[in-house]
Amino acid sequence: MVRAKISRLSDSEPGERFRIAKLDINDDIMKRRLLDLGFVPGCEVAVLQKSPLGDPTAYRVCNTTIALRKEESDHIYGERIYDGNE
Amino acid sequence: MAMNEYTIALAGNPNTGKSTLFNVLTGLRQHTGNWPGKTVVHAEGFFTYNNNRYRMIDLPGTYSLYSNSADEEVARDFIIFEKPDITIVVLDATALERNLNLALQVLEMTSNVIVCVNLMDEAKKKGIRIDTKKLAATLGVPVIPISARNKEGIDTLLKTIDSMVLGKIKTNPITVRYSPEIEQCIEKLIPRVKEVIGDAYPARWVALRLLDGDMSLLRAFQQQPLPSVKEVSIYACHGPAKSI
Ligand SMILES: Nc1nc2c(ncn2[C@@H]2O[C@H](COP(=O)(O)OP(=O)(O)O)[C@@H](O)[C@H]2O)c(=O)[nH]1
Ligand SMILES: [Mg+2]
Repeated sequence: MVRAKISRLSDSEPGERFRIAKLDINDDIMKRRLLDLGFVPGCEVAVLQKSPLGDPTAYRVCNTTIALRKEESDHIYGERIYDGNE
Repeated sequence: MAMNEYTIALAGNPNTGKSTLFNVLTGLRQHTGNWPGKTVVHAEGFFTYNNNRYRMIDLPGTYSLYSNSADEEVARDFIIFEKPDITIVVLDATALERNLNLALQVLEMTSNVIVCVNLMDEAKKKGIRIDTKKLAATLGVPVIPISARNKEGIDTLLKTIDSMVLGKIKTNPITVRYSPEIEQCIEKLIPRVKEVIGDAYPARWVALRLLDGDMSLLRAFQQQPLPSVKEVSIYACHGPAKSI
């Protein structure tokens, strides 16, 4: 099995799914906020759509739609989920 | 006979049906404004049940009480400083995992909690079944399934509220256990916390907030008329942390 590459959530495109591996953030308040919004390691995120200007992007996480700016989703690392690699 | 008045706070994530429940219980006896000094909406309503009068506060909907947005500070400060007789946490039955984050945070702050699992109709449609008895046993507080929009479960909720203010329900909220390192720090901090703020606030919760470096809470404490506002440094595991 090929080990999926670690990428940033911000690199994922609408229609893709992503599994969070870690949050790499120095800003404690932002980290706390992202965790509270449901961006927790191990969780699966579906990329829904980008706003017309490309930022923010809407994500589906824990059964709720949450919009994040790129400066936030840049800090969320994980693997893109491809069918067949679940 | 004069009626007793009790205060109920409604907490929950956005869109869990808090305002719907608030309207069902208070009807037209409500008014809205802003929280003092904030642009956050304050909604207060009244109802009576079984010879008691209730003042109900619809707190801002939040995913957490710790990210320090104005909404979250309002909700946190109300629960900690106003000490409602009951805090009702409204959960969305279709997104329990997410919603339980806030429920656990509230259970760390107060034991007078009733959990309402709302949108049960929606959950049923989606084939989601929720064992509310098991959830109640795990959380250590009453858990009432409701569908606020269809006015289902409201009777049971009112009866539970009544029993709780009459002291007929003894809750035993779950204690969230952290890593041994953090638990050691909490243990060290609790006596110091009690020294400074007395027994008026949940010491374990305050200790956790200190370990989290929650400056917003410290500022909120400074604005409170504490019995004795001492300038005391509290030492966390890694040296001087915060002073209140
Ligand atoms: N299906 C269903 N929808 C509900 C129920 N309770 C509230 N809603 C709907 O959920 C949405 C959010 O409700 P609201 O009371 O504004 O939520 P709040 O943000 O927590 O105050 C509204 O469209 C309500 O009509 C319920 O029990 N079942
Ligand atoms: Mg509302």
